[in-house]
Amino acid sequence: MHARRSAVIFAWILLAPALLYVCAIVAYPLVDTFILSFTDASLRKTTNWVGWENYDKIFNATFAEVITRTFVWTFFSVSIKMMIGTFGAAMLNSAVPGRALFRVLTMPPWIVPMAIGIFMWGWMYNGQFGMISGLLQRFGLTDGPIAFLAYGNTAFWATIITDVWIGVPMVTLYMLAAMQAIPQDLYEAAWTDGAGRFYRFRRITLPLLVPAMITMSMLSLISTFNSFDIIWILTQGGPNGETTTMIIDTYRTAIGSKKYGEGAARAVLICIFLSIFCLCYFRVTSRLATGEKQ
Amino acid sequence: MKEPAQLINRYKWYEILGIYCGIFVFLSFVLAPFVEGFLVSLKPLSQLFSSPYRFVPENGSFAAYRTMWESVPGFGRYIFNSFFISGIVTTVVLCMVVPAAYAFARFEFKGRGVLLAAFLAVNMFSGAVLLIPLFRLMRSFGVLNTYFAMIVPGVAFLIPSAIWLLRTYIMRIPKELDEAAYVDGASHFYTLRRVILPIAMPGITVVAITTFIGSYAQQFIFALTFNAKTEYMPLPVGLFAYFGRQEVIWNELMAASFVGIAPAMIVIFFLQRYLVSGLTAGAVKQ
Repeated sequence: MHARRSAVIFAWILLAPALLYVCAIVAYPLVDTFILSFTDASLRKTTNWVGWENYDKIFNATFAEVITRTFVWTFFSVSIKMMIGTFGAAMLNSAVPGRALFRVLTMPPWIVPMAIGIFMWGWMYNGQFGMISGLLQRFGLTDGPIAFLAYGNTAFWATIITDVWIGVPMVTLYMLAAMQAIPQDLYEAAWTDGAGRFYRFRRITLPLLVPAMITMSMLSLISTFNSFDIIWILTQGGPNGETTTMIIDTYRTAIGSKKYGEGAARAVLICIFLSIFCLCYFRVTSRLATGEKQ
Repeated sequence: MKEPAQLINRYKWYEILGIYCGIFVFLSFVLAPFVEGFLVSLKPLSQLFSSPYRFVPENGSFAAYRTMWESVPGFGRYIFNSFFISGIVTTVVLCMVVPAAYAFARFEFKGRGVLLAAFLAVNMFSGAVLLIPLFRLMRSFGVLNTYFAMIVPGVAFLIPSAIWLLRTYIMRIPKELDEAAYVDGASHFYTLRRVILPIAMPGITVVAITTFIGSYAQQFIFALTFNAKTEYMPLPVGLFAYFGRQEVIWNELMAASFVGIAPAMIVIFFLQRYLVSGLTAGAVKQ
C-alpha cells in the first residue's frame, strides 16, 4: 500500500513540469480571453467592463458572413485533402518499384516551414508571370492572364488549394499506414474467390478505412479551422475581405486594430466551435474504440 | 506453387501504367511549387517579369544564390535564429515530456484519463486563437521582442502531441523490465533513467524530430506578433526582407528559401523512416 502511494506521488512529480507549463501558457490565456471578451481592453491604460457589448457588435457586423465563409472554406479544404490524400495513399500502397522514393517525395510540403511553401504558391498564382496562369494561356485555356489572388472568387479557391497542399502529406501517410494495417489474408481470401483488384479495393480497403478516415477528417478539420499563415501571407484576408476567415478576422481586430476586447470575443466564438469539434472527436473515437471491442 | 501474396501483387501492364500515371499526377501536385520555385531562382529578374510566360529559364544561372546574401545581409542570422529557437524549444519540450509520458504510460492514478484528454484538447487551440492574452502575458513578463517571446509559447503548444506520441512508444516496452529493476531494489527514478530511457531512445528521437519540425513551422505567427526586432527574426519572417519597397526580388526570395530549407531536406532523406512512424503514430501537427 505504501509503495503504491509513493508511486502515485512520483507520477505527479513527473507530470508537474509539463502540466504547470501548459496551464500557464494555454489554460490561463484561455480564461483570460474569456474575461477580456467582456471588456473594452485596448492600448489605453483603463479597461472597462462592457458586458455583452462586444458580442452584440459581432453579430451586428458582417460576422455572420465570416462564419459562413470559414465553414465553407474549411469544408472544401478538408474534403479535398481527404480525397487527394486517400488517392495518393492508394497509389503509394501498390507494390511497384520506386515506391519508397515516392513516399519520401510526398513529405516536403509538411517538412518545409509553411511560410516558404506559401511564398512559392504566391508566385504561382501571379497573373502576369506565374506558372498556373502562364500554362493556362500556353494551352489556350484562357485568353488573358488571370491574377488569381486579385478576385474574391479565385482568391478563395487559391487559398483552399494551398491549404490542401500543406495538409496532403499528413493525410496520405496516415491513410497509407491505415491501409497497411489491414490484414493481408482478407485480400488473399477475396483473391481466391476471384475478386478483382478494384473490387477488392472497394469492398475491403474502403470499408476498413472508415475509422481512420473519420479520425483524420476530425484532426484535419481542427487544424484547417485554425489555419492562419496561408491566408495571411497570400491575401491578408482580401480582396474586399473575401478570404477573411474567423482566425484572420480575430487577428485583424485584436493585433491589427489593437481592439483586444472585441478580438477576444471573436476568439471565444472560435473556441466554442473548436470545443464542439473536439467533443465530436472524442465521441466518435470512443464509439469506434468500443465498436472494435465488440 | 507460388504464395498467394506474390500472385496478388502481380500487376498487368496496364495496371502498372495506371498506377504510375496516378503517382505522377499526385506527385506533380505535391512538388509543383518546388519545381517552379527552383526555376524562378535560376531566372534573372528581367526575364521573370516578362511575358509571355516561359517555363524553362533561358540563360539561367545561380547568380541569385550569390546576390541574395548581399541584398539581405542578415539572412545567415535568420537561419541561425530559426535553428536556435527550434533547438531550444525541442530541448525544453523533451525535458518536460519524457517524464510526463513515462508517468502516463506506467502509473495508475486518479484523473489520468481526463488529463490525457485535456492534453489532447490543448492541441485544438492553436496559438492564433490565444494571441491576445499571450501578447499581454509576454508583455507583462517583459519578453516581447526577445527570443523568449517565440520560445515560451512555442513549447506549450508542442507538449501535448509529444506526450501522446512518446506515451504510446513507452507503453510498448515490456513492463517486466521495470518490475525486474524494481525487484532488484531500483528506485522509480533509477528505473526511468537506466531502464526506460535507453530503450525508448528511438521513440525519443522521433518525438525530437517531429517537435523540431513543428517548432520550425509555428514560428511564423509568434515571430510576426511578438517580435519586431530584425536581429531575432526566424527564417519564415526574415524572408519578408526580400519584399523590397518597390517590388519583390522573387528570384532571390526563392533562392533564399531553398538555402533555408536545404538543411531540413537533408534531414528528411536520412530520417524519413522515423518521420513516417512519427507522423502516423501521433497524427498531430499544427
